[in-house]
Amino acid sequence: MIVNSKRTQWLAPVAVMLGFAAIEVISAHAEIPLGERRSGYADLAPDTKAMQDDDTANPGMLWVQDGEALWNAKSGAANRACADCHNDARTTMTGVAARYPAFNSKLGRPIDLEQRINLCRVERQQASAFAYESKELLSLSAFIGKQSRGEPIAPPTDERLRPFLEAGLEQFNRRQGQLNLSCGQCHDDNWGKRLAGSLIPQAHPNGYPLYRLEWQAVGSLQRRLRNCIVGMRAEPYDYGAPEYVSLEIYLMWRARGLPIETPAVRP
Amino acid sequence: MASALINVPKKAKFGDVIEIKTLISHIMETGFRHSTTGVPIPRDIITSFVCTYNNEEIFRAVLYPAIAANPFFIFTTIATESGTIEFTWQGDNGFLATASATITVE
Repeated sequence: MIVNSKRTQWLAPVAVMLGFAAIEVISAHAEIPLGERRSGYADLAPDTKAMQDDDTANPGMLWVQDGEALWNAKSGAANRACADCHNDARTTMTGVAARYPAFNSKLGRPIDLEQRINLCRVERQQASAFAYESKELLSLSAFIGKQSRGEPIAPPTDERLRPFLEAGLEQFNRRQGQLNLSCGQCHDDNWGKRLAGSLIPQAHPNGYPLYRLEWQAVGSLQRRLRNCIVGMRAEPYDYGAPEYVSLEIYLMWRARGLPIETPAVRP
Repeated sequence: MASALINVPKKAKFGDVIEIKTLISHIMETGFRHSTTGVPIPRDIITSFVCTYNNEEIFRAVLYPAIAANPFFIFTTIATESGTIEFTWQGDNGFLATASATITVE
């Protein structure tokens, strides 16, 4: 890891100010200063911004619409809908997506929003879990995510998450793959520059699940992470692997305060 | 789960030019791709889109494989009378989706 001494100087007072448990780990690394953090939205072309801003032009809203239908549909042996326990998602789900992944005491490990949905499916509805990247899981997570639109990312200050946050940070800065690259080499050190014709974003997870024009569909954060790992010519983990969850925890912590944009549109 | 999003102004003044937006969920599989095992993936696209205003056709589009997934149309018409604006999408494999919106013209 390359440590830029100029960039680490400012971190000491900030670390004290924030007082978050993992800060001393972070301070060893050249992170993007909080004031310079910005959503990928800021770098979109005007056309793509317009697409995201208008709910009748944003194709991600098609998934949100399907997710709302699923939210209210009775399912499984328990013949129960999400709405039967959680009532109106418009009030009960506000801010939920902004604080996941969260620690699950029963499992003894953190889970992301998709895994939380599937836990409810299996335990409360007594139905089969949705497959990763299935239309159903994407629709429900897009619908739940949308209820947090505009809410700042607020990772839980849960001491039990600390080892997973540290693992995520380590993964983010670990060189991997045939190209021997780390996430941080692009997204911390070179954001705003170009890789071939494409802009290197800061890689914040605040719009997921999002509609990617390249995919012509909505996809999850894990799908995006797999893309990046393949791009480094490394072997991606299977969907649902704990490595993705720890990386998600770190990415959410790194993007703390940025507003949720689900369902965002990206090129 | 074919779903559509429609945006038609609820009210308009007589003679106004109104903007209509429609977005439909569809994969628009071109028919030119092959699966990882080399089997051709059959074409599955929307082939036509029609909009009627009180049963009179005001907009029609013919779609081809080069159109991206989830086709989005914006077009305009002149508000002439109150009534119903209906939308019909038709495509391969018997795909048929309809939607409608009402407009009040003052």
